[in-house]
Amino acid sequence: MSLLEVKNLTISFGGLRAVDDFNIDIKRGQLYGLIGPNGAGKTTVFNLLTGVYKPDEGIIKLEDKDITGLKTIDINKAGIARTFQNIRLFKDLTVLDNVKVGLHNHYRYSTIEGIFRLPKYYKVEKAMDERAMELLKVFELDGEADYLASNLPYGKQRKLEIARALATEPRLLLLDEPAAGMNPNETGELMDTIRFVRDKFDMTILLIEHDMKLVSGICEALTVLNFGRILAQGQTSTVLNDPQVITAYLGE
Amino acid sequence: MKKMKMTKTAKNNFVTYFIVLIAYILVQILLKSGHMSSLMEGLLVPLCIYVMLAVSLNLTVGILGELSLGHAGFMCVGAFSGAFFSKCMDGAMPDGIRFFIALLIGAAVAGVFGIVIGIPVLRLKGDYLAIVTLAFGEIIKNLVNVLYIGKDNNGFHFSMKDSISLHLGEEGQVIVNGAQGITGTPHDASFTAGVLLIFISLFIILNLINSRDGRAIMSIRDNRIAAESTGINITKYKLMAFSISAAIAGVAGVLYAHNLSTLTALPKNFGYNMSIMILVFVVLGGIGNIRGSIISAVILTLLPELLRGLSDYRMLIYAIVLIAMMLFNWSPKAIEWKDKLKEKYFSKIPFRKEKEVK
Ligand SMILES: Nc1ncnc2c1ncn2[C@@H]1O[C@H](COP(=O)(O)OP(=O)(O)OP(=O)(O)O)[C@@H](O)[C@H]1O
Ligand SMILES: [Mg+2]
Repeated sequence: MSLLEVKNLTISFGGLRAVDDFNIDIKRGQLYGLIGPNGAGKTTVFNLLTGVYKPDEGIIKLEDKDITGLKTIDINKAGIARTFQNIRLFKDLTVLDNVKVGLHNHYRYSTIEGIFRLPKYYKVEKAMDERAMELLKVFELDGEADYLASNLPYGKQRKLEIARALATEPRLLLLDEPAAGMNPNETGELMDTIRFVRDKFDMTILLIEHDMKLVSGICEALTVLNFGRILAQGQTSTVLNDPQVITAYLGE
Repeated sequence: MKKMKMTKTAKNNFVTYFIVLIAYILVQILLKSGHMSSLMEGLLVPLCIYVMLAVSLNLTVGILGELSLGHAGFMCVGAFSGAFFSKCMDGAMPDGIRFFIALLIGAAVAGVFGIVIGIPVLRLKGDYLAIVTLAFGEIIKNLVNVLYIGKDNNGFHFSMKDSISLHLGEEGQVIVNGAQGITGTPHDASFTAGVLLIFISLFIILNLINSRDGRAIMSIRDNRIAAESTGINITKYKLMAFSISAAIAGVAGVLYAHNLSTLTALPKNFGYNMSIMILVFVVLGGIGNIRGSIISAVILTLLPELLRGLSDYRMLIYAIVLIAMMLFNWSPKAIEWKDKLKEKYFSKIPFRKEKEVK
């Protein structure tokens, strides 16, 4: 069954058709790759999927529910979480608190209970701490829980963003260049982590990546964007051997 | 690990409460032993007022990350609504209860004003709050100056012209008398009441910051787009922080009104210079640093008085202002904060395209 179904998605900025007639169909549990040269419109697709931009045309369906045009917060509540190409952490909060912000909508107590430190405050905060630590452990960040997010090295910041996104309990996880700035070693570890997340959390993942080793290593299906349009789409091995794709990449 | 962090925040907050407590005890000792000049004694309640104003403004500026230039406006509505109530109820109930209710009214009225201003302004993606709050402060101050309210057997009478046009009956009484303001507000304010209110303000703000809501508020400050895509309701939490900040300023206003026999709205007490002065306290004490706000409010209020003996004290204050400016311009935190503001301001110019989100 399709988890995400996108039809005819289009947006222009001024005269530029950044995304033009974009279609995708992602099955539950799939690890899906979105690739393409710089400026192809990949991040713009993420921004459209998460309601940061409103599409000029097209329909976005998550589990058969039309979520086109919803606000970013409601799209998150509907089940899409993301990371950003340019890391966007809450940098003056601790690593632990970054994840706890992600837990916000799933662990509740009222403002009054918070200010007056009623029993529920302690109970829920404790549960949040435990859950957040669990998530941090997955990314081997539990040792740095007390650090300010901005004090983490780059690679760990990327991981923290994934942990925070997972904390919102999404159905679909969007990763925008998760391996950017990582060395081959770190990238290798990240590939394992992404697979682990998919299996352990039963997650469906759509990721943008330039690192072909990662893409061919973990993605089951691919969509290739070029100048906002789909150049090729299908199984990873088929797509990567498509002469058009090879030219687009070698031509770069 | 987690335990450590909890205790660290708790310890930090404890130190803040402790400093206030020690200061209170110290002042009491000085008072009892007769070592305090009457001039200093007169400064005690204003000190409490400034501390509350600085701490509450820091909630908006440092924790929420929005610039407000109209904090004195909220103090003003709190002062007038509280004093109005006390004046009406003078003699009708025990002093303590009346003062307590006046404080609640001041908080509620200022909080509601915060919400009314916040709803249109904070919803906008841009940071228009600075301009709107600046205007709000000035408008409120001028409105109060032409407001006439009287009371007689037929109930309340309002006018924006003069006290004659209230058409009060024989036994009628003018309560708010335009530019002459409110006279004869009961003198309910005391240093002890002020310190108690500081404790309550600190309790609310510090506990808010270290809770689920506080994290949401700070996540908006740190990265609005990330907060939104993490499922945080931006408008709700901005409004929450802003209205709590306004409500505490309103309480400070009530305290102010009950410390004077005559309450008038002047540029000096409720104008933008007052708002800017509070902002200077906040900036100098450290943006987002609640304890710093307390300390800088106390020091910057006391300094001119302590230096009164020196004829050149103006020069000294001038130098201090310069240092404040320098800190504002150069301390890493301030630079960071300004970068944040800058980022916001530039993404805000209406005809400019939405900033690219990467
Ligand atoms: N808000 C915007 N306003 C104007 N142009 C935009 C906006 N957002 C994106 N674009 C343009 O749309 C095009 C696609 O940008 P996008 O960021 O989606 O590319 P990308 O495929 O993610 O590239 P990269 O691999 O470099 O991250 C670019 O030409 C970009 O400048
Ligand atoms: Mg991109």
